[in-house]
Amino acid sequence: MASLLLNGKTVTVDAPPDTPLLWVLRDHLQLTGTKFGCGAGYCGACTVHMEGVATRSCQIPLSAAVGKRVTSIEGLTSRVGVAVQTAWDKHQVPQCGYCQSGQVMAAASLLAKNPKPTDDEIVEAMQGNLCRCGTYPRIQAAIHDAATTLGTRP
Amino acid sequence: MTIPPTTRRDFLKVSAVIGGGMLLGFRLDASAPTAAAPFKANAWISIAPDGTVTFTCGRSEMGQDVYTSLSMLLSEELGVDPRRVTVLHAPADAAYVNTAIGAQITGGSTSIREAWEPLRKAGATARMMLVSAAATRWGVPASDCVAANGMVTHGPHKAGYGELAAAAAVLPVPRDVPLKNPGTFTVIGKPLPRLDGAIKARGKAVYGIDIKRPGMLYAALVQCPVFGGKITSVDEAGVAQRAGVRAVVNLGDGVAVVATHYWTARQAAEALRIQWDEGPAANLGTDAIFATLSAARGRPGFVAKKAGDATAALASGAIEAEYRCQMLAHATLEPQNCTAIVTPGGVEVWASVQFPQGAQGTAAAVAGVKPEQVKVNCTFIGGGFGRRLENDFVGQAVAIAKAVPNTPIQLIWNRPDDMRHDFYRPPSIHVMRGAVAGGSVTALSGTLISPSITARAFPSFVVNGNDPFMVEGLANLTYDIPNLELRTIIQEVGVRVGFWRSVSHALNAFAVESFVDELALAAGKDPLGFRLALLSKMPRQQAVLERAAQVSGYTATPGAGRAFGIASMECYDTNVALVCAVSGNAERVKLERVTICADCGVAVHPDQVIAQLQGGVVTGLIQSLRSKITFVKGRVEQSNFNDFQLPRMHEVPPVQVELIQSGGKPGGMGEVGVPLVAPAIANAVFTLTGKRIRSTPLEDGGVRFA
Repeated sequence: MASLLLNGKTVTVDAPPDTPLLWVLRDHLQLTGTKFGCGAGYCGACTVHMEGVATRSCQIPLSAAVGKRVTSIEGLTSRVGVAVQTAWDKHQVPQCGYCQSGQVMAAASLLAKNPKPTDDEIVEAMQGNLCRCGTYPRIQAAIHDAATTLGTRP
Repeated sequence: MTIPPTTRRDFLKVSAVIGGGMLLGFRLDASAPTAAAPFKANAWISIAPDGTVTFTCGRSEMGQDVYTSLSMLLSEELGVDPRRVTVLHAPADAAYVNTAIGAQITGGSTSIREAWEPLRKAGATARMMLVSAAATRWGVPASDCVAANGMVTHGPHKAGYGELAAAAAVLPVPRDVPLKNPGTFTVIGKPLPRLDGAIKARGKAVYGIDIKRPGMLYAALVQCPVFGGKITSVDEAGVAQRAGVRAVVNLGDGVAVVATHYWTARQAAEALRIQWDEGPAANLGTDAIFATLSAARGRPGFVAKKAGDATAALASGAIEAEYRCQMLAHATLEPQNCTAIVTPGGVEVWASVQFPQGAQGTAAAVAGVKPEQVKVNCTFIGGGFGRRLENDFVGQAVAIAKAVPNTPIQLIWNRPDDMRHDFYRPPSIHVMRGAVAGGSVTALSGTLISPSITARAFPSFVVNGNDPFMVEGLANLTYDIPNLELRTIIQEVGVRVGFWRSVSHALNAFAVESFVDELALAAGKDPLGFRLALLSKMPRQQAVLERAAQVSGYTATPGAGRAFGIASMECYDTNVALVCAVSGNAERVKLERVTICADCGVAVHPDQVIAQLQGGVVTGLIQSLRSKITFVKGRVEQSNFNDFQLPRMHEVPPVQVELIQSGGKPGGMGEVGVPLVAPAIANAVFTLTGKRIRSTPLEDGGVRFA
């Protein structure tokens, strides 16, 4: 049995220690908001926060997540997270939506450490997250918008 | 695909619901119900006693916004707030046939075009019946009642649709109900958040891969690396005994491991040692594929469009060029997957599919049951682009579930499975010849040589060598050229090919729109003016081209280190033009901005029309930049997003969208943004560098995109 600090609660999981965190979330804990895209860290659909940092959950074995603070899209209740999702609504970002959990998690992680990112900084932080539908321009606009919201309403 | 104008009548059936309420079934079809073919609805709307309106959407939501925009058509005429409509994914059922295609298919940019009149008519008819019920209740003239926001009012009287539904449901169904004047629309053409937007930003939308069933097991599959190959032996040593493994299933061309969890199944599958008979495709390679296409150029093929006598006009010399497009994978971000359970009573399937009826038929054939014994539950789709018109993964899941009966099995492909077992966008060669005189085109001939998707997927649609999808972008050429002959030659190459967003429009537009620029150069004309002159009979096409040029700041002489490229076409009943601005030099080209202007007649949900064009341009970039699928020894060389590189944020330039709404009926929108990207970039690169790239992806032509 392994223990995780997931979405603010301690959860225990009975899974082989090499099981990627992605599949622990999806199959063992039934949290399907985190998506499987490539299994190799190329697409970012599986992005979660580990100790507050955007992390590819398909690349993290359960053994490496034990005792760590993990947040999945289901637990994104922080002020920054809410601002990001509100901006996503305002800019009508999602199309098929499959990558968007990962995009939102990556954006929230960026804004948590850089409250006023430039275009280049947004690209730098987000270029690991693929969107097959091509919502990138709206993602960029939504991140700027969320930054403005966070900056003006402390 | 063009939807011909019809004089069809639309038939409605209204019934009462137990407990009060109203159920409307309606049929989008040309044929009247008869005794032999009784009424069968292909869309359903229900109004519950509490006023809840539920719309069962027969088209798959894969990002293109049918979920919301079809609800808007209904809401406009029914008189309800679309944000209060509950939308359900329709199951597989002949009742939901897309009459523009003849099957329950979401594709061909048909959804809005097909539903435009019937869905509004259904809403209007229901509204009229609700008004009648209210008028009768209050003893007032129906014409004095007002229906809006889910409520009928008359002076002091007020009743919600839910209260009226039971009475309305037993009234005779009125015929030929008038539709609103577009000038009075309050929903169509207005801003509205996507009904699925908020859940998708919060990880709450359920895709096929998210289905969980009680007692469900997971399957991972090892498929033959060569299409058409078979298993000769499987060494399962220790695999079946692994903790969590429940079964090892030999499918003949692949082996599945079924386990309690996906990771367990996948790890166990990797440990199988399989010997393959790789079959006839074992030596297939990309060079041989293109050699096969090239060798077919002398065949007559099918004449898709003809005017004058191009052969004679080109006999005394012509400008000639040949274009090639490499194959592409769909690379939907949600890998192919399917959940299935086989019981003595039949089969139940849950999947992200664009062709639920096809999934039903496939499942029935594999399970050995009748299609009506198969229930297909549709979900949100994590990217379609044509990949999910195929149901190969459904057949596999059912075959595995059949071997492990009474247990839900979820088959999940991994990314290499998905990349290497796709139905690829066809490889193509275009042979183009043309002549210019007096500053314009006097003759043009063009031949597309490619394998036929339709001949594989829907063989009865190919008649006398005419694949109706291959001619897209040729048969609807907008230019007025006195001597014209455009042909298609079907040449199979041993690769299974599939419909890829915008299908042959993209192949044909790359060749035609690149070659038009080559002819403009030969004629000594600016590519914009050259095109506008050829469009004198196509005012809508001229208008989008002029607007795109104007908004983009297009000029033939932008100064050193900068250039514009343009392209223009009609597709899916929509007129579209695209300008790409670039900077740089022969070694490195930067895409500065894309401007796309479309006239789709009526934009039902304008923000999402814009989104489709923005996203379509990004899909167009996939074929333009560096993505391609290649074969060596029968195997697809690419396996994941490291070697099949989708555009990332830093590679996507700003995309400016201009809409012209010239009225009438809506044109298709899901695929329109795609085809013009590659030729516009190629044209810009030529102007910038003097280098004409005649193959996609364009980086194969020696240019690098920054």
